[in-house]
Amino acid sequence: MSPTRVPIRALTVAGLAVVALIEVFPYVWMVSTSLKDMAGVTRFPPTLWPSPPHWENYAKAWTSGPFLRYAVNNAIQTLGILICQLFFGCLAGFAFSKLRWRGRDACFLIVIACLIVPPQVRFVPLYMLFSKLGLLNTYASLIVPYAVSALGTFLIRDAFLQVSDDIVDAARVDGAGTFTIIFRVLAPIVRPTLVAFSLFSVVYHWNDFFWPLVMTTSEAVRTLPIGVAMLREEGTGDRWHVIMAGSMFVVAPVLAVFIVAQRHIIRAFTFTSLK
Amino acid sequence: MAYSAWVSLYEWDLVMPARWVGADNYRALVSTEFLEVVTNTVKYSVGVVVLSQALGLALAVLLNDRTRVGALLQASIFSSYVVSWVAVSLLWIWLLDPQYGLVAYLLRLVGVRGVNWLGDHRWALWTLVLVTVWKTVGYPMVIYLAGLQAIPGDLYEAAALDGAGGWQRFRHITWPLLTPTTLFLLVTLTITSFQGFDIVKIMTQGGPVTSTVIYVYYIYEQAFQYFKLGKASAAVVLFFIVIVALTFAQWLAFRRRVHYLA
Repeated sequence: MSPTRVPIRALTVAGLAVVALIEVFPYVWMVSTSLKDMAGVTRFPPTLWPSPPHWENYAKAWTSGPFLRYAVNNAIQTLGILICQLFFGCLAGFAFSKLRWRGRDACFLIVIACLIVPPQVRFVPLYMLFSKLGLLNTYASLIVPYAVSALGTFLIRDAFLQVSDDIVDAARVDGAGTFTIIFRVLAPIVRPTLVAFSLFSVVYHWNDFFWPLVMTTSEAVRTLPIGVAMLREEGTGDRWHVIMAGSMFVVAPVLAVFIVAQRHIIRAFTFTSLK
Repeated sequence: MAYSAWVSLYEWDLVMPARWVGADNYRALVSTEFLEVVTNTVKYSVGVVVLSQALGLALAVLLNDRTRVGALLQASIFSSYVVSWVAVSLLWIWLLDPQYGLVAYLLRLVGVRGVNWLGDHRWALWTLVLVTVWKTVGYPMVIYLAGLQAIPGDLYEAAALDGAGGWQRFRHITWPLLTPTTLFLLVTLTITSFQGFDIVKIMTQGGPVTSTVIYVYYIYEQAFQYFKLGKASAAVVLFFIVIVALTFAQWLAFRRRVHYLA
């Protein structure tokens, strides 16, 4: 390495560290604000670590709305969608990879076409449909529109194609039914794909604000992102300590999972989009 | 599968009544108001796509090593991508608060007077662009990293033996070989930025005046605040056509690419 290289390298690392700091520090500020009191929030110059920390902000935010309800709803929505997507994805993935039937490729093209239709295109017609059926403000309106994932079907089919037909045939000879073959034989083999897709799906739907906002007006089925967004509408601007504490309800679980499984998550997002 | 086919059929049946009203809904769309929405959307999209792609590429090239520090920096930069838009939007309203916000304080420290980020109609849209780039830049970064890792190392060694400097190696090896990745990101980021909604709904509600009304927010407003479902559906149909056209363009570009290689 030539002598000029060393400073260049050091400068690069320093520059990258600054970028990383700009990306991460706002979350530190979020936590810090969430532990301040009103006086601390408006103090000038601002302080980084509030003393004493006001943990009661979290309780304040949690009780300012039915947050337990929101959290439970969020979990039901996210897991409900995930289970449906995996179930239907495995069934359809199997039909598209291991069975031969007329029109299979045409149907698969339709699935590919569905990949490019974003929820923002579907919400107006689906809203009208669900309101006609009287299903607005139900878990169904949150889960059913996402129950079948074109992306999931596509990825699972692709993974099933990599598995040799001999394994399927051998299982069949051993007397396994189709369900056993799909969920006991094939699914465990393609576990990395299923995990990657699940991470992608869970992160997306846990954070989803748009769909619940459109489909629900009742607190009984609303989810955390909506509850958190409403914290700001309830009071005047200076309650930032409570709003930041409330935001942590949505952020903390995702960041906790991210910190533990960052490699898997980054790989999952790369994998799901590059296939 | 039958279900999604069924839904996709139903979608269009439900849009049809909007058409039977005549082309009125479409004619109603042709207005200065709609033109402003389209302009805002294009500005927002171009800003987000260009900035996040350039920054994502730069970060990927600089972080393309397998050291622990590299991995840590990658993870910190990517982390925002998995955080909820709601939380990010709220956080940035607070950071950009003109009176007590951290950004105003830091700018004052270095003697710069900040602008009224969200309250000034000349700046608000660009503020949304910056926050969006801040949140999403990790995505182009990891996609570019995946692209970089597919480039065989011996190409660089050969170029280094021929005396090519860092910039030349980037210009003649990295950049051309990343073309498929760049095209992919160009289309994907354009489509996702067209779908921007949460950040507008929470940070500006389209304001000041209408300076940050972008496409999906406009559809939402028409449908759920003014209850003009016909007009909203007409806007949805146009939106859909644009997305299909973009995807088709991507497909064409990829096909040509394959021919080049073959």
